[in-house]
Amino acid sequence: MPSPATPPSVKLAEVKAMTLRDHVANILRLVVKELRSIRADPTMLILVAYAFSISVNTVATGAVTEATNLSVGVVDEDGSELSRQIAASLQPPTFQPAMHIAAGDIDSKMDKGELLLVVEIPPNFQANVIAERKTEVQINVDATAVAQAGNGANYLKTAIANEVQSFITQLGRPPVNPINLVVRARFNPNLKTAWFSAMTQVINQITLLTVILTGAALIREREQGTVEHLLVMPVVPAEIMLAKMLANGLVILVAAMLSLQFVVHVWIGAPINGSIFLFLFGAALYALVVAALGILLGTLATTMGQFGLLAMPVLMVTQLLSGSSTPMESMPIWLQYTMRTISPTPHFVSFAQAVLFRGADVTLVWRPLLAMLIIGSVYFAFAMSRFRRVIFGG
Amino acid sequence: MTEPPIARLEGVSHRYGATVALENVTIDIPPKIMVGVIGPDGVGKSSMLGLISGVRRIQNGKVIVFGEDLSRQGHLRSIRSRIAYMPQGLGRNLYPTLSVFENIDFFGRLFGQGTAERRARITELLTATALDPFEDRPAGKLSGGMKQKLSLCCALINDPDLLILDEPTTGVDPLSRGQFWDLINTIRARRPQMSVIVATAYMDEAERFDWLMAMDDGKVIATGTLKELLEQTGESNLDDAFIALMPEAKRSSHQKVVVRPRVASPDETPAIEAEGLTRKFGEFVAVDHVSFKIPRGEIFGFLGSNGCGKSTTMKMLVGFLPATSGTCQLFGQPMGSDDMQARRNVGYMTQAFSLYGELTVRQNLELHAQLYHLPPEKIAPRIAELLARYDLKTVVNSRPDSLPLGIKQRLQLAVAVLHEPAILILDEPTSGVDPIARDAFWRTLIDLSRDDGVTIFITTHFMNEAERCDRISLMHAGKVLAVGAPHDLVHERGSDSIEDTFVGYLADAAGIDRSKQVEPPKPGAEPATAEPARVPRRFNVGRLWAYARRETVELLRDPIRISFAIFGPILLMLAFGYGISFDIENLQMAAFDQDNTPQSRELIDGFSGSRYFFVQPSITSAAQADRRLRSGNTQIVVEVPAGFGRDLLNGARPEVDATVDGAMTFRGETARNYVTGVVRKQGEDFQQQLKRAGSPNSWTDSDIQVRFRYNQAFLSVNAMVPSVFMLMLCLIPAIMSAIAVVREKETGSIANFRSTPITKFEYLLGKLIPYVGVAMVNFVFLFIMAIFLFGVPLKGPFLTLLIATIIYVVSTTGFGQLISSFTRTQVAAVFATAILSIVPAVNFSGLFAPVSSLSGGAKIIGLTFPSAWYQPVTVGVFAKALGMPELWRNVVAIAAIAAGYFILSLIFLRKQEA
Repeated sequence: MPSPATPPSVKLAEVKAMTLRDHVANILRLVVKELRSIRADPTMLILVAYAFSISVNTVATGAVTEATNLSVGVVDEDGSELSRQIAASLQPPTFQPAMHIAAGDIDSKMDKGELLLVVEIPPNFQANVIAERKTEVQINVDATAVAQAGNGANYLKTAIANEVQSFITQLGRPPVNPINLVVRARFNPNLKTAWFSAMTQVINQITLLTVILTGAALIREREQGTVEHLLVMPVVPAEIMLAKMLANGLVILVAAMLSLQFVVHVWIGAPINGSIFLFLFGAALYALVVAALGILLGTLATTMGQFGLLAMPVLMVTQLLSGSSTPMESMPIWLQYTMRTISPTPHFVSFAQAVLFRGADVTLVWRPLLAMLIIGSVYFAFAMSRFRRVIFGG
Repeated sequence: MTEPPIARLEGVSHRYGATVALENVTIDIPPKIMVGVIGPDGVGKSSMLGLISGVRRIQNGKVIVFGEDLSRQGHLRSIRSRIAYMPQGLGRNLYPTLSVFENIDFFGRLFGQGTAERRARITELLTATALDPFEDRPAGKLSGGMKQKLSLCCALINDPDLLILDEPTTGVDPLSRGQFWDLINTIRARRPQMSVIVATAYMDEAERFDWLMAMDDGKVIATGTLKELLEQTGESNLDDAFIALMPEAKRSSHQKVVVRPRVASPDETPAIEAEGLTRKFGEFVAVDHVSFKIPRGEIFGFLGSNGCGKSTTMKMLVGFLPATSGTCQLFGQPMGSDDMQARRNVGYMTQAFSLYGELTVRQNLELHAQLYHLPPEKIAPRIAELLARYDLKTVVNSRPDSLPLGIKQRLQLAVAVLHEPAILILDEPTSGVDPIARDAFWRTLIDLSRDDGVTIFITTHFMNEAERCDRISLMHAGKVLAVGAPHDLVHERGSDSIEDTFVGYLADAAGIDRSKQVEPPKPGAEPATAEPARVPRRFNVGRLWAYARRETVELLRDPIRISFAIFGPILLMLAFGYGISFDIENLQMAAFDQDNTPQSRELIDGFSGSRYFFVQPSITSAAQADRRLRSGNTQIVVEVPAGFGRDLLNGARPEVDATVDGAMTFRGETARNYVTGVVRKQGEDFQQQLKRAGSPNSWTDSDIQVRFRYNQAFLSVNAMVPSVFMLMLCLIPAIMSAIAVVREKETGSIANFRSTPITKFEYLLGKLIPYVGVAMVNFVFLFIMAIFLFGVPLKGPFLTLLIATIIYVVSTTGFGQLISSFTRTQVAAVFATAILSIVPAVNFSGLFAPVSSLSGGAKIIGLTFPSAWYQPVTVGVFAKALGMPELWRNVVAIAAIAAGYFILSLIFLRKQEA
């Protein structure tokens, strides 16, 4: 058998331990890879852009929870000057022009939700006020509109009280109320919900998009078998995980900052009172924490179908019970503690409100930052152990 | 013979974007015989089969099948029950969680067969395919060969007149392949009127077909029987004949593979050494005490039937999967899963394509070069070298997703050798690759082994490739049956070919009797039974039910999904029923009392008596007030100016300044109202004290009475619990149905929808039913919790609520399905559903802001989404005692939206693919 002179030989790789620099270099390269993958999916990018622009704006400007534009009916059985003044005093923006209705129509109008508030002014009302006889005005409130009913009723009450007050003053009597109360709202003088809900919406979108993007990135790799391929290379699972968190977190963070600047500040006109850099820092931390949550959910589910069903309740809870939609204080104490323990979102909401609205500095917000860091570390550790187990088929 | 052709193509062209798949093809395909379509990857074989079977839309030209023009929808519908189509890919049109029986049964239902008929046919098919012992095994747990046999059973359930098979044996081991063709022959013997068209990459298989059609570059380059083609080219076998038929340019690049002899390396340490390697998955032993020693530079062929443990063994070799017992050493070093250095000596290529489809060829190579830490200055030249060597220069900026399989495999190999590893572990690298590309691939392997001394560990189902290995091992059911040089094994066994040897070993191990060979039928035999072809009806409840039933079974077989779907809403009801509340108490309030008189203290005492406030220690300076507010720990500061008490007594109406934190607007608004209430109340008390003798009936502000209707206690829970119905019955059903259609697009089972008589209407409605069912189960749980746990009374008629709820969940599942019908990936579907449904369900539905106060874009989005119409129904029935007379408009609106979603889904879902 003919044979070449020398057998070929192959060099083996030198054995040396991986340094921290190698790890960092790997993470950076994988981040670039993740960013390229994200760029290759225009559908996702369009949805991200929509979520941070149009979606934020419609929610902030179109669906207000503040008591404005309230529909009011007036049952005027008095027909006096005072009762007409009361009806005329119900002015926009708080109230829609009052609708005069008959007493018998109250039930049907309120049942259909056409009227939120109905004022009943009894016969001889003006005469009784002048004669200092006992009389009463009744306000009917549709209490199923929980967000607006309480405050709406109070505004209506104040409006009526002011009218009666000025009527009495004209009669030359002493004022009904001896104290002149001036209430100012700090940080949002006109209590415009648009400002508040725009910011809330940005926070909600950060949570939603980061969790789904990161989790889906992991599930996609698992379904395509590319994770297996990565793991036969000199790459450790922690690098893969961190790269996913960083890349997806970065994309969402950039989108969120653009949204804050151009949609919330410029388009909606909300002031940004505090340090944008402090906010950026906190938002970056938060994005990483929820990215770890996304990875965690991605390791608990094996298919996109399972992931969607798992992510949806988690997202709903973080969004609705974090103090961004309804006040944290109105939740039962046990639920407040539970939410503050398991979720980073209440801490981020309080951080964001403090920095953006109240202009708080780091000495006032280090607690929520620390809480996010601790919760995030737990998420990360748990996600890491699940990730190894799932990938190496334990 | 003057029989009309089974299929005729006239001037057919087909393109995907800029890529031309078929170019002006005109051909008649003869009936009642086996027709083979051969040619390299990406020449348009699959496109042609797709057009003939009616699963692809005709772009240009005419396709006539059974004498009917397929561009007419009516014709298309009438022939669908006569054609069976089996798409490319192992078991791609099967449902992995369904059993063997259930898979075939599903197809039987689609063709409208009765229970008894289905049972009889299935038994017959399973017996013929020897799958009968596995009737209850899930399709996902079958080996590749068994999957293909099952897929064939599904195709044959309706006795098709035309059977179209797209590469049915790619990736299937030789034993199973032989069984597969035996089966086809049996069925053809029974039904000689059946025509069969097969695309294949195996030339030895194609040699047995009656009539061949060679394709290249979107054109048919030759047709005829094997004999005719051999005569035309003057070659002795089809492999060579095919190469001879290729255009000159392509032919010149092809060279025969010559295996040069190996020179043993002086280093005695084996490159790979496995000793008693075992891997168990639960009870199942995938790899059972496998041992071998592979010297440096050897090409080692690792052969075996599908699912015998080859891939598992390789995963243990590369350190990806830990062994249950036994050892494995590379170059005398044990391989651990955390061993980063050992990985640099190994290049690994997985069976399925596992590079990034969304990165370009160059980006994939760069990523791997960087992760293997090649010195930066060497990366560019190395990549250039690989691009040249593996002939990838022309596709360097393409994404692998758009490339034919053969090129993808070359890219995978380029990536595997990029860091110049000493060992290459290749799992079926040539599966699905055409003969020319395979030979080119093997030449590079031989160069690597002989010139560079690289040890190559390779699996393959091609016997001519096995013959090129220095040594091979045969594996079955986790055990190695034999190891040795190919010709030694043939000799030992006394066979005449390596294929025969291999099949012999496997058949012995599996206990299969190979003596009864099935002969193909003689042409011109009389049809056994000539049944009239059934023309499917436009609407058939049986087909709809087949899909509804299958979707339900799949859902029930996924315990994780079903438990998330049932328990998710229950948990959320608990969380939201207690958690979403507008009942604000314990507002943090601090006083800044600059007056410090009995009057000012009395005013401030008014706050401590109220449950709405928590009075904090007093504030002593303006700066402190500012800081407290900024920190968020104090929400209300009440400042009483100096002189308050004096002015009050003088009737000078002193001012009191309250500052509330407006950052959270709802809380701010409420705080403002509460403060106003307390101060007004205190003021009236002062007034009473001051007047003393005044008229007892003079007007006070408390004469304005507020009456909360529908919810006397004004508790959030009474309004919130009914609203949670709206939220849960929107989001959970939508996210479930969002993947219903798109999942089939990704896994490939959508092919069944395209090739069978099922209509779009039946398909969409059938897939909707199980999710509506789950949502109604959710409704029952939510309802029970609302009544018994939260104690929210139901004041209105239950029937109204029930009817509205059914229609509502149809609309919300329909929304998910709509998204599913136009998205391409499950990721995009889940993403889009979450983004598009959460905002209208949470913000524009009356949960927080009443629908009547919506404006602008919010109003438009809100009113075109069903939630805004359903929330007034739940709240109306629960709290306001309303019934159909008051709520019918809402119910009609929800129904209209549901219909709208369904119609849009019908428009977006295409029965034929592009």
